[in-house]
Amino acid sequence: MFVDATASPQYRLFGRTNVSAENMSFAPLVSEPRNQVDDPSSLVMRFGQDEPLMMDAGVALAPWQIAYQTYGTLNADKSNAVLICHALTGDQHVANDNPVTGKPGWWLTMVGPGRPVDTNRFFVICANVIGGCMGTTGPASINPATGQPYALDFPVVTIRDMVRAQAALIDRLGIEKLFCVVGGSMGGMQVLQWAASYPDRVFSALPIATAARHSAQNIAFHEVGRQAVMADPEWRGGRYLIEGTRPSKGLAVARMGAHITYLSEVALHRKFGRNFQDRAAPTFSFDADFQIESYLRYQGISFVERFDANSYLYVTRAMDYFDIAAEHGGSLAKAFKGTPTRFCVISFTSDWLFPTSDSRAIVHALNAAAASVAFVEVESDKGHDAFLLEEPEMFAAARGFIDAAARVRGIA
Amino acid sequence: MNLPATLPLTDTESGHRLDFLLVAEMVEPGSRVLDVGCGDGALLSLLRDRKGVDGRGIEISREGVNACLAKGLPVIQGDADTDLADYPDDAFDYVILSQTIQATRQPRVVLEHLLRIGRRAIVSFPNFGHWRVRFDLGFRGRMPMTENLPYSWYDTPNIHFCTIRDFVELCRDVGAQMEKAVALNAGGQPMRVTLPWWVWNLLGDQAVFLLKRR
Repeated sequence: MFVDATASPQYRLFGRTNVSAENMSFAPLVSEPRNQVDDPSSLVMRFGQDEPLMMDAGVALAPWQIAYQTYGTLNADKSNAVLICHALTGDQHVANDNPVTGKPGWWLTMVGPGRPVDTNRFFVICANVIGGCMGTTGPASINPATGQPYALDFPVVTIRDMVRAQAALIDRLGIEKLFCVVGGSMGGMQVLQWAASYPDRVFSALPIATAARHSAQNIAFHEVGRQAVMADPEWRGGRYLIEGTRPSKGLAVARMGAHITYLSEVALHRKFGRNFQDRAAPTFSFDADFQIESYLRYQGISFVERFDANSYLYVTRAMDYFDIAAEHGGSLAKAFKGTPTRFCVISFTSDWLFPTSDSRAIVHALNAAAASVAFVEVESDKGHDAFLLEEPEMFAAARGFIDAAARVRGIA
Repeated sequence: MNLPATLPLTDTESGHRLDFLLVAEMVEPGSRVLDVGCGDGALLSLLRDRKGVDGRGIEISREGVNACLAKGLPVIQGDADTDLADYPDDAFDYVILSQTIQATRQPRVVLEHLLRIGRRAIVSFPNFGHWRVRFDLGFRGRMPMTENLPYSWYDTPNIHFCTIRDFVELCRDVGAQMEKAVALNAGGQPMRVTLPWWVWNLLGDQAVFLLKRR
């Protein structure tokens, strides 16, 4: 589906929301949409029956594929590769227009020519996570055993599985050691997992607005989202693709709830206050009287255009299971003992989803492990989403850290 | 601690602060160093470049941390008063507290942490026993303001001043062994070691101590 980014954010979520061309009249379909799940508009690395992905759930997944994008040029000694890890609903299109939404890449502020992750200097790789729906094998992919989408037959994925899949890709690209692994939120979890699983393959690591384990509160939010999806009768026990339905209402509600957690009270107040949406007085109904309601409904409905409901279940689950210390007898410091990686941890003052205390716990453990670690708490009132936004202090910290690491690594 | 707590004298030849050069002399090459209140990282980079130390820092201001990041120094945004407790015992060969102790809320607790985290601690501070300070207080009846202590009493970050004598007393109280002590006169030159303590306390503009856990 193709959504005009400038379309009015006024949709009636609780009318008919099953997404089809007929109720998308505001968004002309320029061409038949491409099936991004099997045939993504990006590079794809395919792994055959003899190269299974060994997953934490005890499953050897084969065949499988990973969809990715690259920017810039790999230098002769292959020392300038930077891996960008995307967040929950991100994808590999970090610095190019998104083929589904037509919107600009999701981290153009951080990645591009002259940006902190400078594509003129570095070879930047960004891959869709395992369990995703943008071309890397996930629950919407075809199960070769049945010829139908996996749905809930897809093994539950973990952050470590995502990182294993990326490592397989990096192997195939012939890269021994990444110069830097960068990511925010769930992307930051992957950064930490990379450093813990492959310390000798990560020269520097930049985890932003993240945690070494998912908190009870965050698991709770995810569970509400998953229950919203599963409560939608169109979900059909996860078999909606096979039965030709779409749990759009449930997924939209999940997104609405989650979206609130990405913002802050201050940011919501500044942006919307108690303002009415195109009306002077309340209608005494359950219409979207308030701008914030209209905005959330828009966030929900536009999300279902681009994201697979089962993928949402799987990827949120991966975050819930994330707890690096648990793999090391409960000690986070042990996970990083003797690490040669240089770390820079960044958090934001108003982020209550991944608060600064989570980042401090990472820094504390890295200190205890005698690791090289820098830490900055950026002053921002934009909540968790700040890491994706224009935050000059974050860019200054990231640029300083990356440039200094590049000097040590001998990258021109 | 956002502003430098004192205005330091620099070596005209190298451009390095005189007290930094003195601290650098006390540090063994190749050792592990934590600089608490490291500012823009000037001392850490001096130690890295001249002594090949593996240096870390804590700095309260974001501008300071970003300046350190740009120099490639692993520095954590944090507060000496609250964050030293997170560091394990014996994590460093030296923990340095340069012109910062007088700006902490709990100097004694901070000093005890330094001696716990590092095998040795290096502490430098402005001497509040200097004759000009005494003159301001004793004769002018005003809180002292000098080139080295340029703040008015109401906006100074320095909330726990001490004299060299006071500091020696604190070292005794916390069981720190003084391996080396140097006082710098107002010109930034080290004073003769043979001079008695009371002369140091009167003429010393600042002091640098190398301490060891007893």
